[in-house]
Amino acid sequence: MSTTIPSGWSSTLYRSGEAAMRGISAWGAVVIDGLTTLGDIAIFAYSILRWLVTSMPKRETILPNFYQVGVLSLPVVALTGTFIGMVLAVQSFYQFHTIGLESRLGAVINMSLVRELGPVLAATMLAGRVGSAMAAVIGTMRVTEQVDALIAMGADPIHYLVVPRFLACIFLIPALTIMADFMGIVGGYFYSVIILHIDHSQYLRNSRDFVGGFDFFSGVFKSLFFGGIIAVVSCYRGFNCQAGAEGVGKAATAAFVLSFVMILGMDLVLNIFLDAVYSMIWPRGAKLF
Amino acid sequence: MVAQNIDTTDKGRLAYDRTLIETQHLNLIYGTQQILRDINLVIPRGQTVAIIGESGCGKTMLLKSIVNLIRPTSGKIFYDGRDIHALSDTEMTKLRRKFGFVFQNAALFDSMTIGENVAFPVKQQGLNLTRNCDRLVVDRLAEVGLPESIIHKRPSQLSGGMRKRVGLARALILEPELVLYDEPTTGLDPIMSDVINELILRTRQRNPVTSIVVTHDMRTAKKVADRIIMLYPFPRLRENESQIIYDGPPSGLEHVEDRRVRQFVEGEAGERLMELRKLSSHEVSTEDLPPDSLKHF
Repeated sequence: MSTTIPSGWSSTLYRSGEAAMRGISAWGAVVIDGLTTLGDIAIFAYSILRWLVTSMPKRETILPNFYQVGVLSLPVVALTGTFIGMVLAVQSFYQFHTIGLESRLGAVINMSLVRELGPVLAATMLAGRVGSAMAAVIGTMRVTEQVDALIAMGADPIHYLVVPRFLACIFLIPALTIMADFMGIVGGYFYSVIILHIDHSQYLRNSRDFVGGFDFFSGVFKSLFFGGIIAVVSCYRGFNCQAGAEGVGKAATAAFVLSFVMILGMDLVLNIFLDAVYSMIWPRGAKLF
Repeated sequence: MVAQNIDTTDKGRLAYDRTLIETQHLNLIYGTQQILRDINLVIPRGQTVAIIGESGCGKTMLLKSIVNLIRPTSGKIFYDGRDIHALSDTEMTKLRRKFGFVFQNAALFDSMTIGENVAFPVKQQGLNLTRNCDRLVVDRLAEVGLPESIIHKRPSQLSGGMRKRVGLARALILEPELVLYDEPTTGLDPIMSDVINELILRTRQRNPVTSIVVTHDMRTAKKVADRIIMLYPFPRLRENESQIIYDGPPSGLEHVEDRRVRQFVEGEAGERLMELRKLSSHEVSTEDLPPDSLKHF
């Protein structure tokens, strides 16, 4: 069937309308695609939780994942934590020095670390190091029919492959966050006190006065959600991997990108929630909103 | 004409009592493409069936549908009289103990040793064999001609033929009553292909097992099967034509008149190349190309 295109102004209007429709249609497709993915991830997360309450995986499937997620991630998290602490000292010093508040550096560095940078940094490293690997491993297993082989031999792939990885991420990300916090504090202290010659006792006193138990708790609390996001998103991407080497590569990249975006989104939501909790417990304290 | 009567005296080794697998009006649409249309099959207990056909005709999809690895779009599958789609997850898991699946590329778990791979079904099913499991693994490997020394190796350290035999040992460890082979000889040299064929035959001689072998190797099909089923790709089927274009004993292939079956059995392309060229030129006709793209020709 042919469509008659009107001439002159009508033609321009017609073409503009057609272009607008194409744009709306493309955006609509993106929105529908995004919502479908979110729905799929929610169903995937539900099946993980259902397995968690019905049957725990065997010890021999859990321990290698704990080793992979926890022990092998520790050095890289510690190293990046140290550097972030030192970078914070470098960045903050000159700005605080110009207004004569360099002695407050301890408070700024340590507060930033335990509330925000420690958990987000540990989660980012975990998403990059472990999340991509999870997507690649599960994706390869899917492409090479190993997932089918699991099912054929009576194993549920969610129970066998995903639940141990989920548990490893949930249980070990707090430890990695604490390690990032600790090494960041050490790095910040080293650079501020040893290199920039800020008074040791003032640095420590300011840190102690400004950084409280709730700040530390909020960082560790947030990390639990980040760990859950990394495991669910990465395993989901692995299970939905397209065929071939390119498909596995795309799954690994998409796992990191989607995990990172969701971690930052969740970080915002949790910060608002934790601030509300803080205001409820200590009404006279500082408020964001 | 589809031959429905199975020559039960073929090769003089058949003793079927009752139906083990039955598919009724099986349809499978994968993505937007129809793969299987109205497949009706009855496979008696103890029979070895070879499913042959061109690449992409849906042989593997049919095999995976039979053990519920792929859910068909419509239709029913009965195993020993039970509708497998009506089973709960737990019941399906129990039923899968009775199946052994040999995958095309063995599908051994990379993260495990050969010993762990072969022992996996035993440990997964939680059977009370743990003490004897190591002995069982060694015995199964010996049956497929593999030495005990390989149990600590990784799948990546083995050749293709060895991996296939390990896959066979793993599929047979629980002595299943139904063994499914997905292209068991593809990618192997002629000698190793015949070793696999011999193993399929020996498995059957040792246990009263029902087997379904998906292959496009006619030598394998003729050697191991009591019955051959040939599927034809859905897109090239005539309207209302059955997708099963041959169903009968291997000896019947000699006398079949259908040109498509004869070409496949004899390995002759015939006018297939012309068909493919016509198809590709139709798909990318010059009308579909932008005007500039023709300048280079």
